[in-house]
Amino acid sequence: MKVLVCMSYIPDTTTKIRFREDNTQLDDTTIQWVINPWDELALTRAVELKEDAGTPVDEVEIVMVGGVRCEPILRKGLAIGADKATRIDVEPLDAFQTATQLAAYLQGKDCGFIVCGIESGDYNEAAVGGMLAELLDYASVSSVSSVQFDGVTPIYQRDVANGKEQVKVDGPAVLIVQKGFARVPKIPNMRGIMTARSKPLDVIPAIEVDPLVEFVMYTAPPSKGGVKMLNTPEELVRSLSDEAKLI
Amino acid sequence: MSILVYIRNVGGQLKKQSLELTAYAKAMADTLNLEVTGLVIGTIADDELKKLGNYGMSRLLKADDEKYNQRVNRVYTRIVEQAVNEVDAKYILFPDNAQGKAIAPRLSVRLKAGFIPQVLDLPSSYEPFTVKKRAFTGKAIATVTAHTERVILTPMLNSFGLRENARDLEIQSFEPHIEEPNSRLELVGKQLSEEGLQLADADIVVSGGRGMRSSENFALLEELAATLGAATACSRPVADDGWRPADEHVGQTGKIIAPNIYFAIGISGAIQHVAGVSGAKCIVGINSDPEAPIFEVADYGMVGDAFQIIPELNALFKKHIHENK
Amino acid sequence: MNFQLTEEQIMIQQAARDYAQRELIQDVIERDEKAIYPTEHIRNLAELGFLGMLVDPRYDGGGMDTVSYVLAMEELSKVDSSVGVIISVNNSLVCFGLEKYGTEEQKEKFLKPLARGEVTGAFLLSEPGAGSDATSQQTKAIDMGDHYLVNGVKNWITNGHTASVYLLIAQTDPAKGHHGINALIVDRHADGITVGPHENKMGMRSSDTHSVQFTDVKVPKENRIGEDGFGFKFAMKTLEGGRIGIASQALGIASGAYELACKYAMERKTFGKPIIRHQAIAFKLADMATEIEAARFLCMKAAWLKDQGQPYGIASAMAKQYAADMAMRVTTEAVQIHGGYGYVKEYHVERLMRDAKLTQIYEGTSEIQKIVVSRAIESGDV
Ligand SMILES: Cc1cc2nc3c(=O)[nH]c(=O)nc-3n(C[C@H](O)[C@H](O)[C@H](O)COP(=O)(O)OP(=O)(O)OC[C@H]3O[C@@H](n4cnc5c(N)ncnc54)[C@H](O)[C@@H]3O)c2cc1C
Ligand SMILES: Cc1cc2nc3c(=O)[nH]c(=O)nc-3n(C[C@H](O)[C@H](O)[C@H](O)COP(=O)(O)OP(=O)(O)OC[C@H]3O[C@@H](n4cnc5c(N)ncnc54)[C@H](O)[C@@H]3O)c2cc1C
Repeated sequence: MKVLVCMSYIPDTTTKIRFREDNTQLDDTTIQWVINPWDELALTRAVELKEDAGTPVDEVEIVMVGGVRCEPILRKGLAIGADKATRIDVEPLDAFQTATQLAAYLQGKDCGFIVCGIESGDYNEAAVGGMLAELLDYASVSSVSSVQFDGVTPIYQRDVANGKEQVKVDGPAVLIVQKGFARVPKIPNMRGIMTARSKPLDVIPAIEVDPLVEFVMYTAPPSKGGVKMLNTPEELVRSLSDEAKLI
Repeated sequence: MSILVYIRNVGGQLKKQSLELTAYAKAMADTLNLEVTGLVIGTIADDELKKLGNYGMSRLLKADDEKYNQRVNRVYTRIVEQAVNEVDAKYILFPDNAQGKAIAPRLSVRLKAGFIPQVLDLPSSYEPFTVKKRAFTGKAIATVTAHTERVILTPMLNSFGLRENARDLEIQSFEPHIEEPNSRLELVGKQLSEEGLQLADADIVVSGGRGMRSSENFALLEELAATLGAATACSRPVADDGWRPADEHVGQTGKIIAPNIYFAIGISGAIQHVAGVSGAKCIVGINSDPEAPIFEVADYGMVGDAFQIIPELNALFKKHIHENK
Repeated sequence: MNFQLTEEQIMIQQAARDYAQRELIQDVIERDEKAIYPTEHIRNLAELGFLGMLVDPRYDGGGMDTVSYVLAMEELSKVDSSVGVIISVNNSLVCFGLEKYGTEEQKEKFLKPLARGEVTGAFLLSEPGAGSDATSQQTKAIDMGDHYLVNGVKNWITNGHTASVYLLIAQTDPAKGHHGINALIVDRHADGITVGPHENKMGMRSSDTHSVQFTDVKVPKENRIGEDGFGFKFAMKTLEGGRIGIASQALGIASGAYELACKYAMERKTFGKPIIRHQAIAFKLADMATEIEAARFLCMKAAWLKDQGQPYGIASAMAKQYAADMAMRVTTEAVQIHGGYGYVKEYHVERLMRDAKLTQIYEGTSEIQKIVVSRAIESGDV
C-alpha cells in the first residue's frame, strides 16, 4: 500500500518575518525554509508504518507544490525515508490553487491514503487537505491522531470534542493530521542523507488554475504594550471581557 | 441574498463561539442590509437554539435528522451547500476550529468560493471583499481580497466579541437531499474522555506562587479555576515544597504553556518562571508588591492581597459568566 | 572561495542539532553530576550514523566529509561535549586510523562494527610518564614470533571501559627509539587487561576515562597496523585529524555558552535595562561572537584541506590551539555574564566552562600545538 504525504514549506519558526515592495511581498532573502512541522510528523509516521513489517504500507511518496527553491526540503523528506518525491512546478498562491494542482496529480493514483498536516504556518492554514478531498471526491478525516491496521484496512483515530473516535473508510481517504500522529519528527540518518540524491525527484508541470483569494498586503502584528494597572476586581473582569475579549 | 452561519452542535449544546460568530455576521449584515441565517445539523433542542436570536439571527435551518448526528465531512459539506442555495447566501461563516476547518475548505471547492480562515476583524471593504487575517503563525497580519461571487470566512475566537442584538428567530426544519447519507465513513469505536482539563490544553490557567503561603490556601485558586473552566498551575518553589503536584510547575524547568489567560497570583515573576508562560496571550499579575517583576511582563496588573482579591474576583466572574451564558 | 554549505552538510548539522537540543539536553546535567556514561544516547547516535560518519560506506560508515564532521561535533558539543569526545575518539582516531592504515582483513573485522557504532573504540597512547612527550613509551610489546606480548600501563583513556577495540601504541624495540614503536589492535576483553577505576574528573564527566593495565597480553601479529616500527608515525598522523574533532568540540562548547549568554543578557535586567544594554556586557558578547567565528573558520579550513587531500597538520594544530583557548575565555565570560546564576549547575555555563578546560589539554596541549606551529614557521612551512 502506498501512502502519499503532501508537504508544504514554511519559514523556520525562529526566522524574523519581513516584507518588501511596500509590504506586499514576503522578503524571502534571509528566510530559512523548513518542512511544515505538521507535515514532518505526517511523513515521520508514514515512514514508521512503512518500516513496520506488520502493516501493508510499503511505499511513501511526498508531493509538493512549489518552485525549485523547495527541492532541498523535498530531499530532506527523502532523507527521512520517503521513497519518491514529486514537485509540481509552480509557486503556491492560495489554498485552492495549491489543492487543485495536487488533485490534478493525485487523481486516480493508487494509494491507501493521502496525508496532509493540519496547518501550514504560512498562508494556507489548514485548508489544502479539505479542498483536496473534495476535488478528488474522497472522504476526509480530520484531527487524525493515529492510524492502525485491521488486517489491510486502515483504522483512523480522530479527536472529537468529547473524546476519540475510530473510523474506517471504504476507498482512499485524505487524512488531516495533528500532533500525536507521530511523537517527534524523525531525524534523518546518514544513510538517508547520502541516498536522498539518488532517489527519484520528479518535476511535473503545473496546470492552469487561478487562485480564489489574493494576498494584497502584510502588516506587523500590534506590539505588546506595557502593563495596565487596575484598581479593583471589577475593573479586571471588565478588562478581560470587554477589552481583551478573552472571557 | 443572506449571510449563512454554520452553527456547531456539540452534543445538543451551543458553544459561545457560535454566538460570537452570529454577532459577527450581524455586524456584516447591518452594513450590507442582509439577513443572518443559520444552519445547524443534528439533534438539538429549539430552546437552546433560541439564544442565537439574541445576537441577531433571524432565521435558522435545522437539519436534525438523527442520521446526521455522526459527522461525516463529505455529507456535512453537501448539507451546507444546499443550505447556501436555499437561502442564497453570499457569505458563509464557520467557526475557526477543527470542525470549521474540516468542512469550510470542502465547501469552498464546491462553490468556487474564496476561503479565508483565521480572520481577525470585520471586512474592511466589500467591493472587493477585503479582510485581515493572521499569517505566519501570528508573526504578521495579511490583508486578503476575494473576487469570487461567494466568500467563506472563519473568524477567530475573540476577534469580534459578543454583541447582543435581539431578533425574533424563526427556526425551520431543513431536509437536505443526500443520496448516500453515511457514505464511505464508518464508525468502529468511540471513547469519551473523562480526564480533567490538561494544563497544556487549557485556555485559562490560574497559577499560584509562594505568596499563597500554604497548600490549603490553594483552595481559593481551585475555586476560581472551577468558575473559569481553567487549569491550575504553580511556581517552582510551590511544587518543590509539595504544596502542589510536581506536574503543575510552570517555567524554565517545568512546563511551557501558552494559554489565552495566565493568572499569576502571588508569583514574583522571576525570569525562570516567566520563561514558561511568555507565550500566553494575556498575563494577569496579582501581587502585594508593586515592584514585583511580574508587572513588567503582565498585560494587566493588580496590586493587593490575594486573599482578599481572589474571592471577590471569583464572585464577579461567576456573575459575569452566568449573565453571558 | 565559497562559504556555502551543501544540502547534505546542512542536513547533518540540523540532525545533530535536533538530537542535541531535543534529547541530550534532557539529562545532561544529571549525567555530568553523577558521571554517568551516555549509553542510550550513543546507541541512538550510532543508529543515526554519527559514530562512523567519516568512514567510507564500503566499510559501513556514513561517507561524510570532514566539514560535515565539524558541523556535527559543534552542534553536539554545544549541549554535551562528553558525547562529543566519545564520538570524536571513535571517528577521528580509531576509525580514521584503521581505515587509512589498516589491512583489508583488519577493516573487515574491526572497522565495520566500529563504523556501524555497534561497538566503540579507544586510542591508547598516553602513559603516566608519557603525555606530551609521547616518544617515551614504557609499555612494551615484545615480538614473540607469531604474536606480541604486551606489558605496561596506559593512562587517561577515553572510552577505556566501554570500548571493545583498543588501538594501542607500545614500544617493541627500545633501541630504535620512536622508530621501534608499534600500533596494535587489541581486544579489550583479552586476558591480562585490567581497567582501572573511572577517573573523577573536573569536566566531561559523562565520558569514561580510565587507566588500563596490560599484563602478559597476547596480541596476534596480524593485528599490527602497518610495517614494523610504524606505530609512532601512525599515532602522530592520526592525531593530526583528531585535532579537527577536538577543535570543533571546543568550538561547540564556546558557541553553546555564547548562545546561553546572549539569551540571558537579553532577559536579565539590572538598573532598569537588559544587561545587554550595558556596554561592558555588550562588548563581551561582541568579542565572544567574533572569536567563535574565527575559530569556526580555522576548523573549516583544516577540514577542507583534509577533504581536498592536502596537508592539514599545521592547520589542525592552529585550529585546535585557538579554539581550545578561545573556548576557555568564552565560557569564563559566559559564566560572568550570568552572574551568580552562572555559578550553579542549572544554567549549564559552569559545566561548559569545566568542559572547555579539557580541550586545552588532551590530544596535544595548547603548548604542544604551538610547538607544532612554531616548528613549521622555522622550517618555512607557514
Ligand atoms: C536554575 C533555576 C531554575 C528555576 N526554574 C524555575 C521554574 O521553572 N519555575 C519557577 O517558577 N521558578 C523557577 N526557579 C525559581 C525562580 O527563580 C523563583 O525563585 C521562583 O519562581 C519564585 O517563586 P514565587 O514567585 O512563587 O516565590 P517568591 O519569589 O517568593 O514570590 C512570592 C510573591 O508573592 C507575593 N505575595 C506575598 N504575599 C502575597 C499576598 N498575600 N498577595 C499577593 N501577593 C503576595 C510577593 O510579593 C512575591 O512577589 C528557578 C530558579 C533557578 C535558579
Ligand atoms: C579526560 C582525559 C582524556 C584523555 N583521553 C586520552 C585518550 O583517549 N588517549 C590518550 O592517549 N590520551 C588521553 N588523554 C591524555 C592527554 O592527551 C594528555 O594528558 C596530554 O597529552 C598531556 O599529557 P600529560 O598529562 O602527561 O601532561 P605533560 O605532558 O606532563 O604536560 C604538563 C604541562 O607541561 C606542558 N609541556 C609539556 N611539554 C612541553 C614543552 N615541550 N614545551 C612547553 N610546554 C610543555 C604541557 O603543555 C602541560 O601544560 C586524556 C587526558 C584526559 C585528562
